[in-house]
Parts: sequence; structure tokens; C-alpha cells
Amino acid sequence: MTTSCDYVLALADDALVSAQRMSWWISRAPELEEDVALANIGLDQLGQARALLTYAGALEGAGRTEDDLAYLRDDREFRNVWLVERPQPDFGVTIARLLMLATWQSELYAALVSSSDATLAGIAGKAVKEVAYHVDHARLWTLRLGDGTEVSHARMQAALESEWPHLEELFAPVDGAVVDPRSLRDRVMGRIEEVVVEATLSVPQVAPAIGGGRRGLHTEHLGHLLAEMQHLHRSHPGATW
Amino acid sequence: MNAWPLWEVFVRSRRGLSHVHVGSLHAPDAELALRNARDVYTRRQEGVSLWVVPSSSIVASDPGERDAFFDPAEDKVYRHPTFYDVPEGVEHL
Repeated sequence: MTTSCDYVLALADDALVSAQRMSWWISRAPELEEDVALANIGLDQLGQARALLTYAGALEGAGRTEDDLAYLRDDREFRNVWLVERPQPDFGVTIARLLMLATWQSELYAALVSSSDATLAGIAGKAVKEVAYHVDHARLWTLRLGDGTEVSHARMQAALESEWPHLEELFAPVDGAVVDPRSLRDRVMGRIEEVVVEATLSVPQVAPAIGGGRRGLHTEHLGHLLAEMQHLHRSHPGATW
Repeated sequence: MNAWPLWEVFVRSRRGLSHVHVGSLHAPDAELALRNARDVYTRRQEGVSLWVVPSSSIVASDPGERDAFFDPAEDKVYRHPTFYDVPEGVEHL
């Protein structure tokens, strides 16, 4: 099966929107060191998004560049999951979400490395090392918050409860997928649940959220995020550093 | 939020070189101190190995005792190899 532009856009937009949310923490993290760590993670994700968007543009064949795709699409054309697009002003939510996204990306990129699509295999080869660190960062914080004080335990559990319903969307099938998202489910859930239990937290028993990001249906929050992210480029077309 | 202890960071830039002190950072424990050191001090491929040490574990010489510590070495020129004349014809020196 040939790789679809929509599939690559889905992976690219997950990384891009997550990077944009991560950048919110710059100057706001609890300590300077964590500020730098979250910024690094966001930059890794942005780098993955850039490579993937460039490839998506090539697959589409309409001559759109990474910038065209990042800055000139409206929310209905974005293919990211709801997990990454909602605001994350809570540190626990940020860590819970990173644990979920990075674990999923870690399994996804590992599978893509040995896939038949040479371009995706190349991008994944670099990204798989980056997300291994993201998983590690999220895991260490989940353990410390879960197994920390009464307050940190309660807040981390609440964060898991709020993000858990959005996990399922990551495994929804996408046409023209190189790695079937459904095939990643068992390993990803197994790894996340292992961390949750190790952190003395409990695996949430919640119904999956509706989702719809892969079809271009988004929450109200994505529009606001894009307005901020795209404002400069749209106000000053072709602006460069 | 300033309860995190201070750690000193040492980076080995290449195999064969020593770890060199590069600065300090805050972290709640050793494991995260190492992660933070990676993020703060090796973002531009500065190193191949990291050490973190609790700042409280470092015993430092007292600047007030500098004279007693270091000055006596000043007039002991014979401790420097340049003090000695190498006789003509000595090999393997």
C-alpha cells in the first residue's frame, strides 16, 4: 500500500501541535531546569513535524512546503488527535499527556524504522531516540508525582483521568497508514499502564472520548492555538528570520 | 519552589579527557539532576559523559586560608622540572 498524505499529516500535526503546546511552558515551568527540558522536548517535536510536513507536501504533489502546511491551513485541515490540542496549563496534565503521546510515538517510530517507506524510516530513525528521552522524562515525573505527596498524587491521578479518554483516538485506523495504529495499541497501553502502576496510581476506568481529529474535526481550542501560531506568518507573508 | 537542592555538573567532552566542572543546577534528586544536566549543559553536543554531585558533598578550601594553603609552594622552585639542568648526553629524559 502506498503512504497517504493524510497519514503523514496526522503524524506531523500530532508533533506540531504538541510542540506548540509545550512552548507555552517556556518561562512558566516550576524551575528553570524543567523549563529548558520542556522546551527541548518541544523543539524535538517541532523538528519531527518539519520533516514530516515536508514529506506530506511532497506526497500531496501540489508544491506546498512545510511552512505552507504549518501556517496556511485552517483547523479543519489539521489531522492531529484531541489529546495534544487542548490547553495544558497544569503540570500534571502536561506530564500525563507527554507520557501518552511519547509512548505512542516511541512504538510508532520504532515500527516505522523497519517499514517499506524509506523516507518515513529515515525520519523515524532520528525521532525514535528523541522520543525515548521524552518517555523517560514523563515517566520519571509520573513516578515522582504519583509517589510523592498526597497533593501531587491526587493531582497526577486527576491528570490521568482527564487525559485517558483521549488515548483511544491514537489507535483509530487511518487510510494509507504505513503502520496500522491498531497494531500499536497493546504495547503502548501496556507500557503506559506499567508506569501508572509503578507510580502507585490507578489506571483510569473511563469511557473513550469521541475524538475526530484524524478527520479534521477538532475542539474549539485548536482554532485559538492556530491563531497564535499562524498569526505572524499570515500577517507578514513570506516573513523569515 | 526553591527547595530543590543544588548539584554540581561535570562534563567529559571527549573520550580520553577528564570530566570538567561546567556549572551547577537545581534538581529534586540524583536521577533528575542527571537529566537536567543533559538538558542544560549538553544541548550542543558538549559531552559524552556526565557526572552530577550534590554541592553539599563538595569540601572546598577556605579562601581565607589561601596564604597558608598555597603560598609555601611559591619559593620551592626545585619542585618545577625547569629548576634542573639536564646534563649533556643524557638520553630518554
